[in-house]
Amino acid sequence: MATIFQGLRGGAAAALTNSIDSKKLLSRSTRRSLSERKVSFPVVRSDGSVNLNPGGSNARARRVDQLITNAVATKADSSAASSTSKPGHELLLFEALREGLEEEMDRDPHVCVMGEDVGHYGGSYKVTRGLADKYGDLRVLDTPIAENSFTGMGIGAAMTGLRPIVEGMNMGFLLLAFNQISNNCGMLHYTSGGQFTIPVVIRGPGGVGRQLGAEHSQRLESYFQSIPGIQMVACSTPYNAKGLMKAAIRSENPVILFEHVLLYNLKERIPDEEYICNLEEAEMVRPGEHVTILTYSRMRYHVMQAAKTLVNKGYDPEVIDIRSLKPFDLHMIGNSVKKTHRVLIVEECMRTGGIGASLTAAITENFHDYLDAPIVCLSSQDVPTPYAGTLEEWTVVQPAQIVTAVEQLCQ
Amino acid sequence: MAVCVRQSRKSIINHVKAKMGLLGLTCLSSSMPSLNNDHRTLSAASLAKDLRNQNSVLENKPILYRTRRFDSTKPHQRSGVQSNVANSQFLDFPGGKVAFTSEMRFISESPKERIPCYRVLDDDGQLIEGGINVGKEIAVKMYSDMATLQTMDTIFYDAQRQGRISFYLTTIGEEAINIASAAALTIDDFVVPQYREPGVLLWRGFTLEQFANQCFSNRGDDCRGRQMPIHYGSKKLNYLTVASTIASQLPHAVGVAYSLKMDGKDACAVTYFGDGGSSEGDFHAALNFAAVTEAPVLFICRNNGWAISTPTSDQFRSDGIVVRGEAYGVRSIRVDGNDTLALYSAVRTAREMAICEQRPILIEAMTYRVGHHSTSDDSTKYRPVDEIELWRSARDPITRFRKWIESNGWWSSEAESELRSNVRKQLLDAIQVAERTEKPPLVDMFTDVYDAVPSNLSEQEKWLRETIKIHPQDYPSDFPL
Repeated sequence: MATIFQGLRGGAAAALTNSIDSKKLLSRSTRRSLSERKVSFPVVRSDGSVNLNPGGSNARARRVDQLITNAVATKADSSAASSTSKPGHELLLFEALREGLEEEMDRDPHVCVMGEDVGHYGGSYKVTRGLADKYGDLRVLDTPIAENSFTGMGIGAAMTGLRPIVEGMNMGFLLLAFNQISNNCGMLHYTSGGQFTIPVVIRGPGGVGRQLGAEHSQRLESYFQSIPGIQMVACSTPYNAKGLMKAAIRSENPVILFEHVLLYNLKERIPDEEYICNLEEAEMVRPGEHVTILTYSRMRYHVMQAAKTLVNKGYDPEVIDIRSLKPFDLHMIGNSVKKTHRVLIVEECMRTGGIGASLTAAITENFHDYLDAPIVCLSSQDVPTPYAGTLEEWTVVQPAQIVTAVEQLCQ
Repeated sequence: MAVCVRQSRKSIINHVKAKMGLLGLTCLSSSMPSLNNDHRTLSAASLAKDLRNQNSVLENKPILYRTRRFDSTKPHQRSGVQSNVANSQFLDFPGGKVAFTSEMRFISESPKERIPCYRVLDDDGQLIEGGINVGKEIAVKMYSDMATLQTMDTIFYDAQRQGRISFYLTTIGEEAINIASAAALTIDDFVVPQYREPGVLLWRGFTLEQFANQCFSNRGDDCRGRQMPIHYGSKKLNYLTVASTIASQLPHAVGVAYSLKMDGKDACAVTYFGDGGSSEGDFHAALNFAAVTEAPVLFICRNNGWAISTPTSDQFRSDGIVVRGEAYGVRSIRVDGNDTLALYSAVRTAREMAICEQRPILIEAMTYRVGHHSTSDDSTKYRPVDEIELWRSARDPITRFRKWIESNGWWSSEAESELRSNVRKQLLDAIQVAERTEKPPLVDMFTDVYDAVPSNLSEQEKWLRETIKIHPQDYPSDFPL
């Protein structure tokens, strides 16, 4: 299986474009597990078939292997090197987003992109690199700095036949576009009696990064989740990034696609054939029996990190990347709850009013009888994200907390 | 029927259009109305003196370097800096050459004279010398629609006062802006309204029954009972559904224009807003965007003097809205908003400029809001009654235009009374029918939130239906389920 964390390990090939210390990210959390025994566990692919990791490779690569998502179409392979005989191609998450975007722009001439620095600059995270040269600077539009305006512009263009993708340079900036997103994007299909549709995609990087400061570390999914009329999805791997991007563009509803600043350099091998991911589905990352861990975006990797520890301690967690933040995939979540009877939610949102809070309410309402213990929700604290590295680290849920929570939950 | 002077202009445009293609046109400034370049400047020495006495008009503005950003929708090389000529009196700053001056001058915050207002019909409905003509058919339709709009407003307003509808908002005093601008557009021009422009819908064929249905939120309502009265919308007539938010439609209009530009259509976006709406951030952003993206959009400002109770003196300190156009690089004009013919010709010309030259145009129509802001407002509380009466009677745009068409022999008092009584009867019938028409069914509460009803909404609908079944006495009995 291809290695996902090459970029995050600070490998030569995938140099980070922003100020993220990749080694610190992984090494801090894996230091504890270096001394522990290696245990292999089965990895389930998105189509339901199971691959067992063959034994024998070095500890570090295997640990990384075990942390990867299973949605890749290729079989599990102990060698970390990619070979030309394998199907599919390897790319980083931001490239996967671009690939999905480009395929849709090729397929449908109405698809266009607008945002700050998306044109010749290629986007602040290089998701739109090269597109302006290929499609022209009208179809990949550089806008002045007015989020409310270009979001409104995207809405107006969508109502008259285009399919714009609006990029917020950072999701936090879209707070300036809240009026347009809530009052117009979400509403106009309804209030016009179904006459006008708004097939717009609003996307951008969000979440807590590496010392980007409080204003650039917002979790907008908390604020937007209440708006009727929109759908929200969060991508976490190159595979689902491309799939969700394509699905979002093809959807007739306005979709907000949440990316994470720290996940852009994840590497994965994805299929050559065309595919899309279902916008309303969650993703089974690791099936298990003891506890259901629900997470999304970057926290998926912290959870998988903790899963490694938990497995060593004899637990069998089921990890689900909920992916669809609005609406929740209560079908998959419900089946999991009925199986394990214990739920742990791990999110990056703040305690109050986050996705976890809504998810807790939804599960309690629908599956209360199946729960053996109250739902535990691990979130960030209700504080603005501090700048200092140590403080910032403590504000985000760490694998150790996840392990402790599972242990307490399973007592 | 086309206008004489305009025809020659139009044929020039068509001829050039045919030669060069829609997007490749150069600016036809010779045939366009002259741009007002007056600027007052202050010299440092005279700062202490009274501002109004000291003025030196800057005749020639420095020429701004400008590239055409979108030659086509096909990719192209970005053009580099054109001139490297070193000139000691100019410097190449980012954005273009700027001349130097050793005299410290502050540009005044207000001009000595306000930008003049374009008008061709005087107060008595007489054509001013050099004005333009429209044909009988258009003129009579314009007048009839203005009179219909006025009657509709009166009757619906009364219906609200009688408790038959919950809310209404009149266009009294601004009928000319509504109808004349609508007449100057084609059905392909996409209208993005604020809320005081139902006349545009009326011109395009929205029936009185449709207006009534929306106000009564019944089953015949195009909005399916989901919006307040006067929030009309019609995809068929290219008129975007009214949203209550102020000025949020301005960026939408730029998006619509962007869409039209991408498709290379012979149409423009048209958006309306008031003097109050021009204070919103969306106004600034939309104008800026439209200029930068070279979008074919008409921004029509109904400067009616009042934003609910806020007079324009408390809304802004600039010379109205028209001067802001230049600040964003948008061509602009100030028009007498109660002069039907002036509006018609200004909008017609602006539309051609917008489409042929792919640029936004700002039109400030000066007028007065004769009615209250809405049925929730009593404007006599904050403005003198005689001021309202003056504008309602002596300065009524409909009366003024009526004098003109009567002087042409196209209208008479018989035609007038016939029109008024017909429309009145039609409206009263429409209201009666709309009032009795069934309300939208419960299922319409949950549809169109998304393209397909998702499971959570189906559940919520089911739950609601069950609740109604258990407690029927707590829900209106005449409500269709």
